[in-house]
Amino acid sequence: MTGLEQRLYRQRVPLFWWLSRRSYFAFVVRELTSLSVVWFVVYLLWLVWAVGTGRAAYQSFLDRSGQPWMVAINVVALAFAIYHTVTWFAVTPQAMVLKVRRRRVPGQAIAGALYLAWFVVSALLFWFVVIR
Amino acid sequence: MNEPRTSAEPFLWLLFSAGGVVTALVVPVLLFLFGIAFPLGWLDPPSYVEIHALLHNPLTRLVVVGLCGLALMHAAHRLRHTVRDGLQLQRHGDGIAITCYGAAALGTAFAAYVVLTRL
Repeated sequence: MTGLEQRLYRQRVPLFWWLSRRSYFAFVVRELTSLSVVWFVVYLLWLVWAVGTGRAAYQSFLDRSGQPWMVAINVVALAFAIYHTVTWFAVTPQAMVLKVRRRRVPGQAIAGALYLAWFVVSALLFWFVVIR
Repeated sequence: MNEPRTSAEPFLWLLFSAGGVVTALVVPVLLFLFGIAFPLGWLDPPSYVEIHALLHNPLTRLVVVGLCGLALMHAAHRLRHTVRDGLQLQRHGDGIAITCYGAAALGTAFAAYVVLTRL
């Protein structure tokens, strides 16, 4: 190939390239966990809206959230959310270089701190919402 | 290629990664409680008075708006790249980016509206 041909050449990639390998598929699933993040925002704002509207609206939010299809959506969303958390903690040590006294903090230590933070934040929110 | 000297990418990436951390920490427990544990009766949901008081707290309001904003910017960044590369739409890269971040900005404004005026 020369000149113009070289500049215009584009290797064609099939639309479903990400199904060809397990690791590509895992990558796309990881990216699609963002849909469950969007769902979470919708659900949270729905709750806030209901609480702001009044007692009856909050009760109807609770009733709706108990319907089987809503629970099913939330089970799937939770699975994706946990996948997001685990994969995020796995790549953070690669993206973030922390140094203490000129020595690089090992990735496992960063990941361990993240898992600890996950536990602490979850326990705090549990305490705020459930135990009070 | 004449790339512009200043680029929004570092700023967008910062919001993406801040949103990634915040959602990783907060979303699973809240989805578990409000999406599964309360609806299935495993745990008692907060009473109206309790949840009203909790959400009315100025700090909670700030956290809810910030959480929504960062979560949406995180999702927008991922969806932008997944739609563009996954569906081979590199030609429409700018349009996809504007749509994704624009939707996230609108969603954040809506969250602020709900939290500030509806509560």
